[in-house]
Amino acid sequence: MTGDPARANPPLIGQRIPRPDARAAVTGAAIYTDDLKLPGMLHGVLLRSPLPHARIKRIDVSRARAVPGVKDVITGRDTPPVKYGNWRLVPESQDETALALDKVRFVGDEVAAVAAIDRETAERACALIDVEYEELPAVYTELEASAEGAPTIHDPYPNNISLNREITFGDLEAAFVRADYVREDVFTTHAVQHAYLEPCASLAAPDEGGRVTLWTSTQVPYIVQCLLASVLGLPENHVRVIKPQVGGAFGGKMELRKWEICAAFLALRTGRPVKFTLTRADEFAFGRRRHAMTLRSKIGFTRDGRITGRDFDVLLGGGAYNAMGPTAAFLCGNFGGMLYKFPAYRYIGRHVYTNTPPASAMRGFGAPQALFACETQMNLAAEELGIDPIDLRLINAMEVGDEIPGVTKINSCGFKESLVKVREMSGWDAKRRRRTPGRGIGIGCYSFISGGVFNWFNTKYPFSTCEVRLFEDGTAHLLTMAAEIGQGSDLVLRQILAAELGISIEKIRLTAADTAITPKADLGTWGSRVTLMMGNAVLDAARKIKDMLKPVIFAEFDLNQIHDVTFAGDRVFCAVKPARGLSLAACAYKALRLRLGEPLTAIGTYTPRNMGLVSPAFSFGAQVAEVEVDRETGLVKVERMYTAHDCGVPINEMAVEGQLEGSIHMGLGYALMESLDVRDGVTRNASFLDYKMPAASDMPPSESAAIVTYEPAGPFGAKEAGEGLVGPTAPALSAAVHDATGYRCLDLPITPEKVLRGIGRLSPPAPGGESRQPREAPGAPLPSTR
Amino acid sequence: MARTTLHLEINGDPYEVSTFPWRTLAEVLREDLNLVGTKIGCGTGDCGACTVLLDGKAVCSCLTLAADAEGRRITTIEGLAPSPTELHPVQRAFIAKGAVQCGFCTPGMILRAVELLAANPSPTEAEIRAGFGGNLCRCTGYNKIVAAIQAAAAELELAAGRPS
Repeated sequence: MTGDPARANPPLIGQRIPRPDARAAVTGAAIYTDDLKLPGMLHGVLLRSPLPHARIKRIDVSRARAVPGVKDVITGRDTPPVKYGNWRLVPESQDETALALDKVRFVGDEVAAVAAIDRETAERACALIDVEYEELPAVYTELEASAEGAPTIHDPYPNNISLNREITFGDLEAAFVRADYVREDVFTTHAVQHAYLEPCASLAAPDEGGRVTLWTSTQVPYIVQCLLASVLGLPENHVRVIKPQVGGAFGGKMELRKWEICAAFLALRTGRPVKFTLTRADEFAFGRRRHAMTLRSKIGFTRDGRITGRDFDVLLGGGAYNAMGPTAAFLCGNFGGMLYKFPAYRYIGRHVYTNTPPASAMRGFGAPQALFACETQMNLAAEELGIDPIDLRLINAMEVGDEIPGVTKINSCGFKESLVKVREMSGWDAKRRRRTPGRGIGIGCYSFISGGVFNWFNTKYPFSTCEVRLFEDGTAHLLTMAAEIGQGSDLVLRQILAAELGISIEKIRLTAADTAITPKADLGTWGSRVTLMMGNAVLDAARKIKDMLKPVIFAEFDLNQIHDVTFAGDRVFCAVKPARGLSLAACAYKALRLRLGEPLTAIGTYTPRNMGLVSPAFSFGAQVAEVEVDRETGLVKVERMYTAHDCGVPINEMAVEGQLEGSIHMGLGYALMESLDVRDGVTRNASFLDYKMPAASDMPPSESAAIVTYEPAGPFGAKEAGEGLVGPTAPALSAAVHDATGYRCLDLPITPEKVLRGIGRLSPPAPGGESRQPREAPGAPLPSTR
Repeated sequence: MARTTLHLEINGDPYEVSTFPWRTLAEVLREDLNLVGTKIGCGTGDCGACTVLLDGKAVCSCLTLAADAEGRRITTIEGLAPSPTELHPVQRAFIAKGAVQCGFCTPGMILRAVELLAANPSPTEAEIRAGFGGNLCRCTGYNKIVAAIQAAAAELELAAGRPS
């Protein structure tokens, strides 16, 4: 443990400061995209495909155009046929166009758009667009779609495998020869949705000189700016993206979307502002989702519980387009090999197109699926090896200094401490000894990234950039493209700047996420990157500002150059002779005079370099779930959750707790109740009534402990908090249900029907029933392209 | 499309609005009156983001026809704070306890809590959780919202002169 450096942190670090932006939220003054109106504004509506896979033979928009009040109708013949996608580094992965060109590939694929004087008129006109389709055979699951002879969804990809991701190290064959115990299992996971409360909305307005401004509910303003410019054929600088308040995103708002393109395109064509707002049914039926996956894992152990190697083979149900699938495919493999010391490891992840809405980034980003499979397998192995599940993990746990060859190195790690702590908090040993019928306890663990180091967007700018301005009155202005989407980054970044400059957060004005004003660039809010990456950029700028002020103190007090100058309590002073100092305001005033008026302004940047392939830093943790299972109904009641997590140095403890509690909510929903019911490509449960996510009374009491480590790559030792934590809940619950009933769930979610079948109180499911498990026995190989 | 004229009393102010007769209260508040603090998360009465008070009772404004709100006292989030500089105790507690993340469910949550505490000034944790079962939040996991309502209850009790 390297807790010491954290003690040198300024007192502001870690404080439970309430969010300054919360006042606007509680008074109704916070402005989200759909709250915006502009003079002359038109309302846009999208026409979507009713078929999962079809060729477009003909589109007739004449009746729609003739509706009074309709100002424009566009199809894929009007919008530029430019392909786009987030993985700009790999152009062949960019597989989307503004509107469908010749084919539709999922129920909901966008075909046309209407702009009219009000929403009612736009909807009426949209219903009058006549599209003639030639229906094509469709495939819905990753197994079906990757089978020989499956219909091709995108032309150059037979078997619908759009990309492979591989990670290999060590001698795998030798690993399994050396093993005393080998097991192989197949797991499946299902699609769930982000279910952010704010439906997506975008408002575009024409700006002078053929430019356009887009207000949009996004977590990646810079990516939207660049990709929108490329689709519209404009210089990037002609597109201004402004992120208003965003009502949650969780990965679901991290790409350029069709309604953003249509709003901008229609605004430029009509010369009027155009707004699109999705409905909740649109979100559920057509929106992005977590990848369904089929995961085969083979793992070997020595008799005393040491892992010898893992062979991990994963098919990702990608949906109709790649979206953020390439990243999810990589991270899934990374997190299959991240928690423990693997002498040998082989991963292949294959991203499979299917005729369903595209899966993409979602909190945890490939890790929850990998962890459900791999942590459940650890629990299975522990049982057969006769080793306590926590002991088995302690034997193999990653530690500081461990390396994944060619991939990454661990520079801070509180995993073992988390395991020890969660064992103590949960009363693990006593509860494991004292078996109560119907009650059970289980464990799952996680690791996660603090931002990605791989430049898949191929940006030419720093990964994070900010500007800090200091004024003669001692106040500061922080300008950053970082996207607050509810997680609290606007506060955390202010806390970091205030701590470094020795001022209070009230002294800092923040301007964020306006691509025309804030310095280029920031890659956005995803992969838990903002605190570490933008936090470091803020520190960089703050230190440059301090360097502009320090000479004032040296000159004013005739200090010897061996001294250093401290910034604290709104003062700047000699570190060892605090009386020799000035208020920050007086110091800034004199610095401005000395600089002949040259502003006290600094650009701070952060770009990870020589940090492997994944992330500058990794968080770790362990979670124990206690459940009670009703043997009559199969219902799982979560009695209590215990979490110990290493999140580096918390910048704001209250914000870290909020992330943790939100993760448990999402992880619990994923494990027990949430599931998109998609049949023949049609989502049947497109409402909050039918898509069951945990309500307040479903949430169990929860105890948590932060294991504080000091992450050298992070600002003040901070790293990721609360995204990775969505991962351990499903395997912990699966283990607890097994402990309670003897039923082990290998195919999420853990529904009451599966529990009842598992304990022999319901007959097995009919073919095509609720399970996504392949028909073959566990252990049968997946269709392989190796 | 014939419009109709409605007379609505919102946050103590009289409003006369000409609108489509089929518009819901949520639509009239947002589209016709620019009172956009009321949020629409689903439009089908499942998420509670659009909650407003009608004569002190919490309702989903997305399921209430605006015409049905005539002659009743409508309170939206914009009308809850006693003055521009002062906040309602529930609003203060939501800030202090970290119950706000993205903020989209917050107006509905707060108005639901106000109704809850008016009916039951010292609710148990289970009563609080059951009381806003119809208000969804995706960010917080609800625990800090429960803590905020508990804190507001204690403060309101104190202000009412009951022993704390």
